[in-house]
Amino acid sequence: MDKLLFADIDEPGLNTLDVYSRRGGYESLRRALQMTPDAVLAELEASGLRGRGGAGFAMGKKASFLPKGSMDKYLCCNADESEPGTFKDREIMQKNPHLLIEGMIIASYAAGINRAFIYIRGEYVLQADMLAGALAEAQAAGFLGEGILGSEHALSLVVHRGAGAYICGEETALLDSLEGKRGNPRLKPPFPANQGLYQGPTLINNVETLATVPAIIAMGGERYAQIGVENSTGTKLVSVSGNVQRPGNYEIELGIPSREIIYGLAGGPPEGREVKCWFPGGSSAPVLTAEDLDLPYDFDTMAKAGTMLGSGAIIVVDDSVAILDVALKVARFYRHESCGKCTPCREGTNWTVKMLERIESGEATPMDLDILASVQQQIIGHCLCVLGDAMAMPIGSLVAKFRPEFEEHIEAARQRAESPAAAVDTPLLRGAA
Amino acid sequence: MSPSVPRFAHGSRVPGWDDAADLDKDPAVIPEPSTTEVPDELRAEIEAHMANYPDRRSAVLPALAAAQRLHGWCSPQALDQVASVMALTPAYLASVASFYDMLETRPVGRHSIYVCTNISCSLCGADELFAALSEAAHDDPEINVRAFECLGACDIAPMASVDGVYVGPLSPDDAVALLRDLRAGGPVLPERQLVRRACADPQANRQDWPAPEALPGSGGRSAEEVGRAAGESEPESEPGA
Repeated sequence: MDKLLFADIDEPGLNTLDVYSRRGGYESLRRALQMTPDAVLAELEASGLRGRGGAGFAMGKKASFLPKGSMDKYLCCNADESEPGTFKDREIMQKNPHLLIEGMIIASYAAGINRAFIYIRGEYVLQADMLAGALAEAQAAGFLGEGILGSEHALSLVVHRGAGAYICGEETALLDSLEGKRGNPRLKPPFPANQGLYQGPTLINNVETLATVPAIIAMGGERYAQIGVENSTGTKLVSVSGNVQRPGNYEIELGIPSREIIYGLAGGPPEGREVKCWFPGGSSAPVLTAEDLDLPYDFDTMAKAGTMLGSGAIIVVDDSVAILDVALKVARFYRHESCGKCTPCREGTNWTVKMLERIESGEATPMDLDILASVQQQIIGHCLCVLGDAMAMPIGSLVAKFRPEFEEHIEAARQRAESPAAAVDTPLLRGAA
Repeated sequence: MSPSVPRFAHGSRVPGWDDAADLDKDPAVIPEPSTTEVPDELRAEIEAHMANYPDRRSAVLPALAAAQRLHGWCSPQALDQVASVMALTPAYLASVASFYDMLETRPVGRHSIYVCTNISCSLCGADELFAALSEAAHDDPEINVRAFECLGACDIAPMASVDGVYVGPLSPDDAVALLRDLRAGGPVLPERQLVRRACADPQANRQDWPAPEALPGSGGRSAEEVGRAAGESEPESEPGA
């Protein structure tokens, strides 16, 4: 398989216009500008490209939802990559920023957009600097601004640095944050395609999605759709991390067995250990176990298995790790990042952490596991955005799939708590020090 | 395991909750531009950001970040200066600043070390790393060691962002060397920086390319010098730039 996004990614100077053009960069833009915007949209729809940020919505369809005609429309590139375990966009922006910029110009042309923003998380200092440098080069070379390459199309592009908030990766929270507010999600509908940034129609796409656009224009949507499997076309960057020997980003063809990614590419868990569970799509995805390793890695199979492909971040947990520690880490993260706008999420994440801490310290009974599970059920679907669900689903799956281990832990912790000498050494007290 | 939440009297997490309210004081309005002194560089930077957007308010985050670089944190004076340039109330800016993890709402050290303690990093020993770094820097007021949520670098887990420069994988034993490099002002653990790391995908590159150079440190000044400079409210060079 040819690499579409990662071809010679480490070539020195690939971040400069010089090297990028020498490798055929901005040729797709030239080609797109000779087509009509509708023809470009048709190619994107034919490619079957699904959003790479997490939700997996068809990119071409999303772009076609924007109203036609001349008005203030906006394109926002979601570069707030904060989903635990995800670091694929970082590699693109750091090493091949022009690829993203070219993709954004083509997408803006297809949807008739004249103003674009890249919302990059504030922690990515190096990546934002790389983007800013590439942007200046593209501007000077006439790829941005008025009358791009002699066409009628005009585009202004601004790199906007965030300041550290997971919720700003949610599309409507991102818009609020970009408008200079606290990053609170908005009620949907209206969807951003109708009323987004500054109340104008807005197209929001992930970095990887937009960076794939030049390849689609170069090879044609039909041909792109032949890569991968039905309903999950193309290549996907997967970020493999956790207890594996070779963590990192890999560009795979969608639909290959998960085992090939975890064991073949990333080397599997360290010598002598086994996979206990794995998150197939960031920490928001319900976990799968070693039995699911042979499932093909694509959108539909993951959905059928009760989880999601999400952002393509595979976190592997091996059998040396206590499942309670994993649950606590996940729950504490969402408690910290809940914006507080909706009660089920704000209170639910807090109660989940408290209940897990009770389990850890030996104050819980097995019945608390049922309460824990019911709290998760009361969060799902009851909030403006899916941050609460993103905690409830993995925690719910951990409790469902590893209930005996939770019960064992409750019993062991209770016994420890009853003996004062051992009580000093509970994991909770150790952690708090 | 989780960073301890600072608590005030009676266990409240809200600073100043028990301060007596000054009932005679007017609510803070937009500071008078003619009497609010704003350093020229800061004003120019904020105005340049405002010009980037159809709505000037969009520049709040970059403006607050610029003010924080100058003042070390989003101090009342920093908020006043931003407010007067952007024609917003300080209260609005405070409400925004308190939402974001990277904007500091109380005084902190000039150098920041964010240690990722999220799931992937903690599977690789991030909690021990955080403890070691906190221990090594505990008596240095110029160094702000924080446990941070996922920094998007799980391939170099466990890792830390030192003044914006990603380094990893780190072990607790690296804490001393990391702080030594940071205080010396040179590149921090040059061999361990993310920028030097090649893509993990074995088929991505058709040949071996030389690794890029490490990123410089934050200016070659000792922490004490940086601290003194901050006292004279002298702008510091952008970390990691």
